[in-house]
Amino acid sequence: MPSLIHAFQAVIKRDIRLAIRQPSEIAQPVVFFIIVVSVFPFGVGSNPDQLTAIGPGIVWVGALLATLLALDSLFRSDFDDGSLEQLILSEHPLSVLILGKILVHWFVTGLPLIIVTPLLGILLGLDKSTLVVLIGSLLLGTPTLSLVGAIGSALTISIRRAGLLVTLLVLPLYIPVLIFGAGAASAAQSGLPTAGHLYMLGAIAMGAIALAPIATSAALRISSE
Amino acid sequence: MLQAASLTCVKGDHVLFDHLDLSIHPGQIYQISGANGTGKTSLLKILAGLSPPEEGAVLWNGEPIQRHPDKFRSLLAYLGHSIGLKLDLTPTENLEFWSSLYGISRTPPADALIQVGLKDQAHIACRYLSAGQRRRAAIARFQINDALVWILDEPLTALDSSGIKSVCQTIDAHLDRGGLVVITSHQPIALDRHPVEEFRIQGTACPA
Repeated sequence: MPSLIHAFQAVIKRDIRLAIRQPSEIAQPVVFFIIVVSVFPFGVGSNPDQLTAIGPGIVWVGALLATLLALDSLFRSDFDDGSLEQLILSEHPLSVLILGKILVHWFVTGLPLIIVTPLLGILLGLDKSTLVVLIGSLLLGTPTLSLVGAIGSALTISIRRAGLLVTLLVLPLYIPVLIFGAGAASAAQSGLPTAGHLYMLGAIAMGAIALAPIATSAALRISSE
Repeated sequence: MLQAASLTCVKGDHVLFDHLDLSIHPGQIYQISGANGTGKTSLLKILAGLSPPEEGAVLWNGEPIQRHPDKFRSLLAYLGHSIGLKLDLTPTENLEFWSSLYGISRTPPADALIQVGLKDQAHIACRYLSAGQRRRAAIARFQINDALVWILDEPLTALDSSGIKSVCQTIDAHLDRGGLVVITSHQPIALDRHPVEEFRIQGTACPA
């Protein structure tokens, strides 16, 4: 069905265009991320060894919170202006169109976090090999955060000010990603093998890519009844 | 033929309508009327397959629309209260998106915008257009798709008299092609070539 690919591309093109016209929505999570990570030294003291030891955890928790912050913008405007109804009523499988939306959302809110991570790693005194593993774990882990977050966001889209509810819904599902993600970087710091952690993150990401769009589109159909 | 068979709609504890029957043949237009809150929008959402009825079924050519939802959706164009226009995009960009989503462009987006009278606003972000102009841009979507079933919820809101006339002409042309239309409107709809059937929702008695 070639038209499905066209439709998928159309959704991606439209959402990228919208993101470019609303740069504050891209900037918000990444600025939040930088702030969270850079205030830690003030709170825990500037002892370099201590900062380096907790650095990967700080980066991961910061990325997780920044992703949560960005979730509301995923479906909000489409729900408010009726575009979501139109997507639901299109003849194409909603889950494929939604996957396109989530991909763009990760691209504009998740990827910038990874791009600034090297700078923050230097700030926290992480060595190069740890930084490489940290970035790898974020590359494998943050798409899962966006995909799983999309389910929570879709379930609560018809409720105003549902930020807390979304957090309660998806945070338990974020914990495994956080454990394996921060765990990989910590293992690299201690000179232990990291492949196991990264494989787990990759496996979780594959599962999420396959299943989350289906769950999200079902939730969106219920929410827009 | 689009058929509503014994539809019942319940919102909260309140029955909006029950055992509603309606059938619409190609070339026919039905205007749904009724006081505010009688369930006109709910009926249209049920007919479009957006929300399931409490009881009853919507049939397309005798088959429940849930059986082949993709097939029915490919025949359907729906304009809701929220008109589905992205305010940060221009009318042209909005239409181009819809035409690539439908995989069809019966009329090129630029021509569709000329037909609804938005030639000069084609490249201005919808955010800067008036309510009536936005609605014209949303109605231009119906020039590009080739859907058979049009479900229009208050399409004439905020339109001036020339806008209303142009929508009526668009509907007339659609009926000529053998399309069918379900519409709600508080304004009277006057078509040149087709009679407008009226369907009044008999609301169930409101519990005091």
